[in-house]
Amino acid sequence: MYRYDTIDKEMLADRVAEFREQCRRRLSGELTEDQFKRLRLMNGLYLQLHAYMLRIAIPYGALTSAQLRKLGYIVRTYDKGYGHFTTRTNIQLHWIKLKVAPDILAHLAEVGMHAIQTSGNDIRNITADPHAGVNADEVDDPRIWAEAMRQWSTFHPEFSFLPRKFKIAVTASPSDRAATKVYDIGLRLHRNDAGELGFEVLVGGGLGRTPYLGPTIRQHLPVRHLLSYLQAILRVYNRYGRRDNIWKARIKVLVASLGAEGFAREVEAEWESSDKAAVDLPDEELARIRAAFAPRDFETLPARSAAFEAAKADPAFARFARHNVKPHKIPGYAIVDVSLKKPGETPGDCSGEQMELIADLGERYSQDEIRVSYEQNLILPHVKLDDLPAVHKALGALGLDTPNRGLITDIIACPGLDYCALANARAIPIAQAIALKFADPAKAELVGELGIRISGCINACGHHHVGAIGILGVDKKGEEFYQVTLGGSPEAEASLGQVLGPALPANRVADAIDQMVEVYLRERQGGERFLDTFRRTGLAPFKEAVYADAH
Amino acid sequence: MPTLIRWTGQAAVAAEDPFTAVADEDFVPRGDVIVSLQRFQNEGQRLLAEGRKVGVRIEPNEQVEELAESLQRIALVALAFPKFLTGIAYSSARILRERYRYQGEIRAVGDVLREQARFMVRCGFDTFQPADGSTPDEWGHVVGRFRHVYQRAADGREPAFEERRA
Repeated sequence: MYRYDTIDKEMLADRVAEFREQCRRRLSGELTEDQFKRLRLMNGLYLQLHAYMLRIAIPYGALTSAQLRKLGYIVRTYDKGYGHFTTRTNIQLHWIKLKVAPDILAHLAEVGMHAIQTSGNDIRNITADPHAGVNADEVDDPRIWAEAMRQWSTFHPEFSFLPRKFKIAVTASPSDRAATKVYDIGLRLHRNDAGELGFEVLVGGGLGRTPYLGPTIRQHLPVRHLLSYLQAILRVYNRYGRRDNIWKARIKVLVASLGAEGFAREVEAEWESSDKAAVDLPDEELARIRAAFAPRDFETLPARSAAFEAAKADPAFARFARHNVKPHKIPGYAIVDVSLKKPGETPGDCSGEQMELIADLGERYSQDEIRVSYEQNLILPHVKLDDLPAVHKALGALGLDTPNRGLITDIIACPGLDYCALANARAIPIAQAIALKFADPAKAELVGELGIRISGCINACGHHHVGAIGILGVDKKGEEFYQVTLGGSPEAEASLGQVLGPALPANRVADAIDQMVEVYLRERQGGERFLDTFRRTGLAPFKEAVYADAH
Repeated sequence: MPTLIRWTGQAAVAAEDPFTAVADEDFVPRGDVIVSLQRFQNEGQRLLAEGRKVGVRIEPNEQVEELAESLQRIALVALAFPKFLTGIAYSSARILRERYRYQGEIRAVGDVLREQARFMVRCGFDTFQPADGSTPDEWGHVVGRFRHVYQRAADGREPAFEERRA
């Protein structure tokens, strides 16, 4: 893990001092709410329906135990005892008082955390594959590049007032766990025929009102030129992106209007006329960052653990092992998914006590590391197979052992109208109603892999477009309705969902999901997942089942 | 007379403004003037021949590349911020400084606010017409608030990765 050095720490200290001064000016009345708004929005502080919301960055989803423990302390001291992990691997605190916000930032700075650029029209938190450094199939550790980009993008003088927010994701594995096709910039690390590391650069993906999958504008960018090439992309966007209409301001609209090739030509021309050496990191700095992510000291262990195998006699543990335990690149170790999706709870919510427990487990069993995934779950990335029964038991004490990773109850949902001022409809109660229908773990397991994603409005924070089942909240004359899409996927072979039919009232959604699952169970062939069956049969049988009553 | 603040490289100071900003429909007065790009393209030769200093105002929809041939003779480029959120001028300023090595004055005009100061200075702006009544002291405080920077820009500050090498 990268540890902040003196320079990084002084950056955060200066930021805390700045924000403290800005809050003081607001609280004393020197600044109006309107004047303060543009300042707080550069510090991740939003004014929501009931209170201020503070969005804290978790760069590339990586946490140490000390950091997660600090988050636990903060939510118990300054909020209602819980926080909400988001699809951008950030954490949001929904019940913040303005006068304590600077204190929270000071606590965060103590453990090398912050809320920098978690809002505003700037380069937002960089996300990466949550299995980085653990994947057997990755060509490099994407966190090295994510950290390089974190520093480069922090307080970037040219790119802090872009036409719109800007999101970058990086993966180094063929199985894309960072959803790079739906980002403003998606970076896919790979080796070319000569064995050299490079980035495939995708630009202009995104969800929201007009979803696009990002086209590739360069097949192989030598890794050392990452930052100068990003500068070229951002400069073309900053100069030529639309600013007249908020719905057309994302880079995807510029890329679509110029065409991928036309946009690529602009970027290449800008890049060729820039001083690359002034922007790209020197080798020593890259080596310094790389060393921070050097592989851990793993023990030499047998690939098979007798303790692990014996524990599978317990059906609950066996089910947990089937769904929440993933292979690690080192024999004798495993990746453990900690589900924040217990049926009936709010997806992504985590209490202070739970955070502290997971922090303890991370310290004791996972080399002091915890990851956050964009699916709103946590991950213990380096657990010995021998320790799995103990970890499972400890998680169970606070309801964190739900064996549903990737299953129908592992629902992604934005905060929706329960909190968010932008939302048209609630997302959380819909997620809860669906999850409760499949609360029996045997039933969820029978259905198998099925991603449900719910957004409370067209901004698509719940990534509904790429859900095998996507659910979008819409407002119809003051009533909450939900539009259902089928067939989306965020993976390497990404696809956007197709609209099932007319939007459904809130009380019909969970039943409709049930009906569609019945169709899938009836139609599925061999080992087909819901998505595979849908891709083969198309919308018709699902549509028929859901709208049968309407005929 | 609006306040003009100059960043000297070390401090923000109040500055005299010898320039008159001239709207397109107005007659050009005597002395140093700032005119629109279009007016400069039409009348620039004549205005310069009169022995005065000439500045050009660039709007967000105009490109600084249009001035490339004339930069040696232009004393000032005023980059307009119709709203503080319209951040195109940050790129324009860097291109002027870093690509064209422009040595003249780059002035921020329009919705120019104190909290933008450090970004503007980093991108190569050196004079400012604040729209929020900021004093030079307040301006300097904001510019100097952060001890480090993470990236090179037009101000020559040493980025973190160079500091670490030392």
